[in-house]
Amino acid sequence: MAAATQRRPQRRWHWTRILIYAVLILFAIWYLMPIYILLMASFKSQAEALQIQNMWLPPRVIGFKSFQIAWFGSTEPPATLGLEQGFYNSLMLVIPATIISCFIGSINGYVLSKWKFRGADFLFTLMLFGMFLPYQSILIPLVVTYQNFARLTGIQLFATIPGLVVAHVIYGIPICTLIFRNYYAQIPTEMIEAARIDGANFFSIYRRILLPLSQPAFVVVVIWQFTSIWNDFLFGITLANTPKVYPITVSLNNIAGSFHVPYNVQMAAALLTALPPLLCYIILGRYFIRGLMAGSLKG
Amino acid sequence: MTQSAARAPILAAPRKRRLSRQNWERIVSILILLPSIIALGIFIYAFIGWTGFISLTAWNSAAPDFTFVGLQNYARLFVGGGTDMTRFHYDIRNEVGFLILFVGGCLVTGFLLATLLDRKIRGESIFRSIFLFPMAISFIVTGVAWRWILTPGTEETGWVGVNLLLTNLGLGGLRSAWFTDPTVFYIQPTTPLGEFLHSIGLGFITVPALGYAAAITSIVIAAGWQMSGYTMALYLAGIRSIPDDLREAARVDGASEWEIYRHVIIPLLKPVTLTVVIILAHIALKIFDLVYSMTGGVSAGFATDVPALNMWKTTFDATKFAQGASIAIILLLMVGVLIIPYLVWQTRQEAQ
Repeated sequence: MAAATQRRPQRRWHWTRILIYAVLILFAIWYLMPIYILLMASFKSQAEALQIQNMWLPPRVIGFKSFQIAWFGSTEPPATLGLEQGFYNSLMLVIPATIISCFIGSINGYVLSKWKFRGADFLFTLMLFGMFLPYQSILIPLVVTYQNFARLTGIQLFATIPGLVVAHVIYGIPICTLIFRNYYAQIPTEMIEAARIDGANFFSIYRRILLPLSQPAFVVVVIWQFTSIWNDFLFGITLANTPKVYPITVSLNNIAGSFHVPYNVQMAAALLTALPPLLCYIILGRYFIRGLMAGSLKG
Repeated sequence: MTQSAARAPILAAPRKRRLSRQNWERIVSILILLPSIIALGIFIYAFIGWTGFISLTAWNSAAPDFTFVGLQNYARLFVGGGTDMTRFHYDIRNEVGFLILFVGGCLVTGFLLATLLDRKIRGESIFRSIFLFPMAISFIVTGVAWRWILTPGTEETGWVGVNLLLTNLGLGGLRSAWFTDPTVFYIQPTTPLGEFLHSIGLGFITVPALGYAAAITSIVIAAGWQMSGYTMALYLAGIRSIPDDLREAARVDGASEWEIYRHVIIPLLKPVTLTVVIILAHIALKIFDLVYSMTGGVSAGFATDVPALNMWKTTFDATKFAQGASIAIILLLMVGVLIIPYLVWQTRQEAQ
């Protein structure tokens, strides 16, 4: 039997195998094509970039001028605002928001997996809806609340980085809680029962047993929150409202949206914006995929 | 067994002595959850209610005006007869076209790639990484890149992007205006078919609102580029979770590879397909950033306008808050119809 099953693919090897590889390679080219275009445009000099008929060809001379303008902006006409400010804003936003999200998600996940009370599952389902919520449906109240928050409490949320952090943390609670809850559900309850008999309480169980085991879940949540906050545009453009606070995606959109900015600068800006999440993906790819799976609710 | 044990609360052990401590810990656990519950209660559910309320008011200028107008804002979208109505009808047309092609395209591509990758491919992980990386990128970056790739150019100033490539390959006939194309395919009333439909009383379907805007294809291409790898990843995980014995048994019974797919693998992948469809469809309904960055948020004849974009432009550019809120509520209902049964199904399945 083994011989029979082995012989069949053997005979077919030639054309089926070659066809499969050919299709896979064609798809790989298709997925890489936009990155190729971004790279080719970004590394060209201004003069070479103007020869649009050569846009699919590699640069004859490699230049970094596009990146320089994309990053620092340029005062010569056409005057361009660079990405630099947006990059730092995004960094200042994404780091605290990710850290806070992790801890909220972790403790919520602990309660919802190991301390289930009556109605916990219903509450969790209500929470999960937040993952799929079209943010348009809460955007007007959110903006109104933010605009009036300083008048009521003295804390400025509108057009500030902390304001963006708050929005991202709150709307990130559902996914972060989900990832930790599903992760903790796999940890055997016997372990926790044993610890309880030894006198461990609510907090020491979390600190001594779950937290030390949580590293993979933390990595998944960090990647998820980092990429989704970095890539967010809607909250940025609605709640930031001033170039001083714009996250990087809004800066990029402003560079690319103004028609006088040369396309090679636009492409360099796009590449710089994509770089941090791409690095994250390349370095931590395995966990990245796990995060994507969690996003589809599968534990 | 382990699963049910993991799900059971930890409090099953010795009861009598710990009762007070258990109660205390129970209270602590709820107190810890409370801030999240309150925050989400306000930021999701109260805000949805608030948006719903705004959608029933006359707040259609910069200054708030909470005069109750009933369903007027909704009526204007569906039957008003003005630009608001035409635009919204086109939004729905575009959304439907986008949703079907985007979800369908991703399903076919994702499934194809997953089945190919499952055939003991050398360099599988490299292929997988290449197919999946667009998922890590912002929709804004995707929009900027694809806008450049699909910029049509002109005969006089020179073709650009894909049009340039097609021209150089001698395929000039395939050139297209891509996302700037104002063409809408629909049954024109003056054609024989249109006249026939008129004669049998179906003239109402010969309108551009019941058609397909050619420019949507460009959005489908860009969005598909970004999300088809994700579909592949979900399918691949699904295929890998099918025990090898099952396939081996079918093979022993003399089933061909095609029959194994048709009768074993595809039926077993139904839950994955459902998940993929739900996730992709809700992304399609919410699509905003990509269209905004690719088209700048404007299009001739609203050829690439979608509800989420319309909501944003109506609310924050035109400061018609109540009108924007009504679009937002319709968007929410569309997502809700899709997501709520799915969430209920998932929760039930998990409880079993």
